[in-house]
Amino acid sequence: MIYLDYTANTPVDSEVLNKFVEVENKFIGNPNSNHQEGKKAKEELAKITENIASLLNVEPSEIIYTSGASESNNLAIKGITDISQGNHIITTKLEHSSVFAPIEELKKKGFVVDYAPLDKDGKINISQLIKLIRPDTVLIAICLVDGELGIIQPINKIAEEIKKVSDCKIHIDGTQALGKIKIDFKNIDTMSFSAHKIYGLNGSGILFKRGHLKLNPQISGGMSSSLYRSGTPTLSLNSAFYVAVKKAIENQDKRFSDVLEKNKNLREFFKQFPKVKINSPQNAVPHIINLSVEGIKGSVFQRKLDSYGVCVSVKSACSSDGLPSRAVTALGNSERTALSSWRISLSHLTTWEEIEQFKEIFVKLV
Amino acid sequence: MNNKKVLIAMSGGVDSSVTVYLLKQQGFDCIGTTMRLYRNETISQGNFKTCCSEKDMEDASEVAFDLDVPYEIVDFTDDFQKQIIEKFIKVYENGGTPNPCIDCNRYMKFEKLLNIALEKKCDLIATGHYAISEYSEKHGRYILRKAKDLTKDQSYVLYNLTQDQLKHTIFPLGNLEKTQVREIAEKQGFVNSKKHDSQDICFIPDGDYFKFIKKYTGKTPQEGNFIDENGKILGRHKGIISYTVGQRRGLGIASDAPLYVKKLDMANNNVILCKNEGLFSKTLIADDINLISVEKITEPMKIKAKVRYRQKEQPATVIQIDENRIKVEFDTPQRAITKGQAVVLYDDDIVVGGGTISETESDLS
Repeated sequence: MIYLDYTANTPVDSEVLNKFVEVENKFIGNPNSNHQEGKKAKEELAKITENIASLLNVEPSEIIYTSGASESNNLAIKGITDISQGNHIITTKLEHSSVFAPIEELKKKGFVVDYAPLDKDGKINISQLIKLIRPDTVLIAICLVDGELGIIQPINKIAEEIKKVSDCKIHIDGTQALGKIKIDFKNIDTMSFSAHKIYGLNGSGILFKRGHLKLNPQISGGMSSSLYRSGTPTLSLNSAFYVAVKKAIENQDKRFSDVLEKNKNLREFFKQFPKVKINSPQNAVPHIINLSVEGIKGSVFQRKLDSYGVCVSVKSACSSDGLPSRAVTALGNSERTALSSWRISLSHLTTWEEIEQFKEIFVKLV
Repeated sequence: MNNKKVLIAMSGGVDSSVTVYLLKQQGFDCIGTTMRLYRNETISQGNFKTCCSEKDMEDASEVAFDLDVPYEIVDFTDDFQKQIIEKFIKVYENGGTPNPCIDCNRYMKFEKLLNIALEKKCDLIATGHYAISEYSEKHGRYILRKAKDLTKDQSYVLYNLTQDQLKHTIFPLGNLEKTQVREIAEKQGFVNSKKHDSQDICFIPDGDYFKFIKKYTGKTPQEGNFIDENGKILGRHKGIISYTVGQRRGLGIASDAPLYVKKLDMANNNVILCKNEGLFSKTLIADDINLISVEKITEPMKIKAKVRYRQKEQPATVIQIDENRIKVEFDTPQRAITKGQAVVLYDDDIVVGGGTISETESDLS
């Protein structure tokens, strides 16, 4: 088996998993219970929240634990728009479905949505974005790194320009960026993260929420670790998240350059095939290579690769509307190119042996 | 090259795939579309199985890609649930035996999908049905005819088409044999060329409609009595909706001659059984009618009619009672005429019209 789908899910790091088991065994109290076990758990939760905040360079009170990035994105988007005056949103065609779908729901409720124009390399055209801002714009939602092509958006530059002209809130989907590139929260109001993209556990994530910004909670109930998200605190998951994020950030540079070498090698390899078009821009994160093989539908190529034990991703035709990938189309590709597209995603765990085996299989199939 | 734009309803099966191929060959500007009709959750299946409709959409999109035809999925799940699945259940609950495919053709394909086609500035809609639609000078109307391949003819399930719908509809397979269609699919190397023809009701993949209705409604069917035509109790039944008129198997009643379901008496929760002879009747009334080759039936008309999909047409006389109803009287008694099913009238190979059977002789007598 050659796993090349790390953008979809990463295997859990053993230290992360051990941490989960250790905390689960050690702390039996509900952090909100007023007895010794509860207090012990609460102290631990406070400690690891401080640790996570310090790694991300934010305040502990700015961290909301969630079940993952889909919940974080929903909480930010719905939580902000529920209590804002105005009904205009700006986003991009590169967003994950957990950003796209809640915004589509808002459209049905009367919100008007504009999509920021992209330059050739997929980066948002900032001056054109600024022109889209209206007095009633309440939210601008952008992914820092998109999951299909790996394009990196200059979010701090964008946010700085937005803040000059508008008070609207800026939500960033940072899910695919964490552990890959440095993240700066300057001028950002909310940002989503997920553990399972950084060798953490599934079902765990956070939403960064700037200072005293108010959100309308989407899950109501008893006291939790945040005003904005009810549910019994998940100390073991949060502790495991801390270990995952710590390892991801501490090893980021080393992992990045390792993946970059493999990315360069593959890009060079693909050059010999005239039918192969690399859709990911040159300056995308090296972890993601989106490509199209002319005349072969992406889902068909994926199936062929799968029969050789190679796992890659494709935007499924039946996921929603049968239409080709929004992201690949947004870069000015034809519908056929978009329908042929699929994604390799690499990790520092990817071995050179796997890269070579993949190449041998690819030659047979193309 | 003709400049006509056509939207083709693609199910993911062989027939609609070949339909796209043929129209593309004929120079039509083609758009392929699949209607998403239900999701696993709606039909009480877990979400961890690949929904068979997902596989069908994948197949359809691959064929469209191979033929370089734009492809799209339209979501009809809400309407399908309301207009098809829930009506299906209601008909059973009222003692009838529904034919949801006829309703699906009527409300989903030739109403909703045709509207989408017209919004997209298409001239026509096409499906892979085996039937022929054409304008007849003689009738001064658009008519629906049986397919050339009589073993595959689907005109029965299309009797609801209105003049306007027929005007905008083509069935490119109407003049082909099924074997020819398979040959084309294999020659083109379509991913689905070896796929079996669909048989069951699509939203009940295992065919167990009784279990489906129980799960869907959450109601436990009430047991009741099997009785004979004189009211004598013969045994207990397990819930009236699990029986259909004409059924013999699974009754669990010992008797000297085989017994069949004659009638479902919903009011008293009885299933009335009879011997084979008791199933035959000559007359029926159908409502919610649609007429195709004629605008109105003004005087008794000699036609041939069938009361279920797999039946040879039988000579009969039809009169129109009012706007919505016809009365059909067969020359010879017919077996197990069933409420909820469609009666479709033919003049040779031309569909005169049809309706939903609402009363049978046992109701009328």
